Amino acid sequence: MMDLLTVLIDGILYSSWLFIIAVGLTLIYGVMKILNMAHGSLYALGAYAAASLVGFWLNHGYAPLGSYGMLALAAVMVGLVMGPLIERGLFRFFYGKDEILLLIVTFALFLILEDAIKLIWGVDPYFVSEPYGLLGTLELGGLNYPGYSLIMVGVSIATGIGLLWVLQYTRQGKLLLAVIHDREVSLAMGINVDRFYLITFTVGAMLAAVGGAFTAPTVSVVPGMGVEVIVLAFAVVVIGGLGSLQGAALGALIVGLVRSAAVHYLPEIELFSIYLVMALVLLLKPQGLFSSVEARKI
Amino acid sequence: MNRFDYTFRIMAAALVVLLAAGPFMPQWVLFLITISFGKGLVVLGLLLLLRTGLVSFGQGLYYCLGAYTAGSIGLALGINDAVLSLLSGALMAGLLAFILGFLLAGYRGIFFAMLSLAFSMILYGILVKTAMLGSTDGFNVAVPSFFGTEISGNRIRYAVYVLACLAVTLAGFLMNRYLKTPLGRLSPAIKDNELRVEYMGASVRRAIHIKYVLAATLAGLGGALTAVTVGHIDPEMAYWTTSGEFVFITILGGTGSVLAPFLGALIFESIRSFAYEYSPNTWQMVLGSALLLVILFMPAGLWSVFNMRRREV
Repeated sequence: MMDLLTVLIDGILYSSWLFIIAVGLTLIYGVMKILNMAHGSLYALGAYAAASLVGFWLNHGYAPLGSYGMLALAAVMVGLVMGPLIERGLFRFFYGKDEILLLIVTFALFLILEDAIKLIWGVDPYFVSEPYGLLGTLELGGLNYPGYSLIMVGVSIATGIGLLWVLQYTRQGKLLLAVIHDREVSLAMGINVDRFYLITFTVGAMLAAVGGAFTAPTVSVVPGMGVEVIVLAFAVVVIGGLGSLQGAALGALIVGLVRSAAVHYLPEIELFSIYLVMALVLLLKPQGLFSSVEARKI
Repeated sequence: MNRFDYTFRIMAAALVVLLAAGPFMPQWVLFLITISFGKGLVVLGLLLLLRTGLVSFGQGLYYCLGAYTAGSIGLALGINDAVLSLLSGALMAGLLAFILGFLLAGYRGIFFAMLSLAFSMILYGILVKTAMLGSTDGFNVAVPSFFGTEISGNRIRYAVYVLACLAVTLAGFLMNRYLKTPLGRLSPAIKDNELRVEYMGASVRRAIHIKYVLAATLAGLGGALTAVTVGHIDPEMAYWTTSGEFVFITILGGTGSVLAPFLGALIFESIRSFAYEYSPNTWQMVLGSALLLVILFMPAGLWSVFNMRRREV
């Protein structure tokens, strides 16, 4: 019983992290039909920016609690700078091309960003553990968990609900749904599709950076930290169904629980349990769990 | 009717030149060319898939499997014959692809790419956890022998190089022939419109399955060749970035000719060696920018340069 509770709690904590790194990817795919391989690099950028900003904040002796604000600020800054830069500077030249070609374009972007990060921040690791230790620990089911984990869960839930609310209850969200459903008709109806692409990509990039920024205090920020994140996010998104918010949430939960169960009961398969689940889901439901059927074109 | 076409004549000439020039090349050039040919074989398989409209981000699976098979038969059975190593690697990869092909043949586009990526990451996960095969460190592959003869010292590199040249020529020749058979000519048709291919009476699923197995066999061969050349293998060969590299080379070289993958691989490895030497922190950036430029300005890859010239004449 004890064990099961631990598995559950671990799984949920891990799921919340997975959701944050995957939700931006699925949003971008849903709207723009771009599977962004550079998503992990944006995540790493968020982590580096957070490390720098928090370091700056604490070095000046400001209140330590403000470092949480710095984490958020770092993510917003990365999103606002990189989003428009990538979307306007690169992606817009490839709209209307094959999805696979765009996949390769984002792979090139991934290569470029990985080195850009090394050029800006060097190759030495950064540590920003202050925000992590600030909240103390918290006893759950006989085990101590860092209080910081709750922040991750909170950020994750807030993001999910916030996005869902925007999409379903605001005018802009409904317009965006129209763009997702049919780009050409939306264009004909006078929706500024270009602007929606720009905003979507910026928000998506920001979400990746949020993931990185809030993970930064729990790990050492090193080059290459985004490489693994990409495949994890892919797995989550593909399990849930590409382009579906609810799918990303469900995918994150499934992957999170499976991994935590694997860690506890069968540590040998921990590393690939996630991809095993992904392969299984795709076999049973080729388009992922939440997905719409696409008409076959003759 | 032309059995020995343009491509074949170039290949035969290149083989003669490469074999003749080999003894006069410094060791590192031999190594560079052999490694490039190993990767070129994988890319040749990807070329076949790409012509069919499929991109696999998981060819590292077969590359790594081929390498580990070649290494394992040396480790477990004491077989270190170079030719047997290559054959076993190719065979093993082909077998696995035959099984996985039943599943993958039903997928297209991004799902094909991502599912093959998932399979390669499963192999990566297994190898990392297998202490017997050296976990993340991998293991050293025994120095190869040739038909029972041990070759010593510097000549071993030339021997492997000759083997690589022969393997590449054979693979290129067969692929060139295959692309001209009815089954080979289905590739662009499937890419254009699957439904029409079905109406014609051909099975798309079966055709893709066969092509997938062929591509994997080539990847296994390339992996085994790499294992024999480098003398060391590790799970990184199955990691998705390795597979990404192969896709990169495929796009770089283009799909215009069976020679393009090898040209692409040679250029890629050269850029990488030099860029890595002179600016270890920016070589990926150089590669990424090159990839973008090729996609933007040479959608058919570097090979299109040759085609343009020929058309002008």
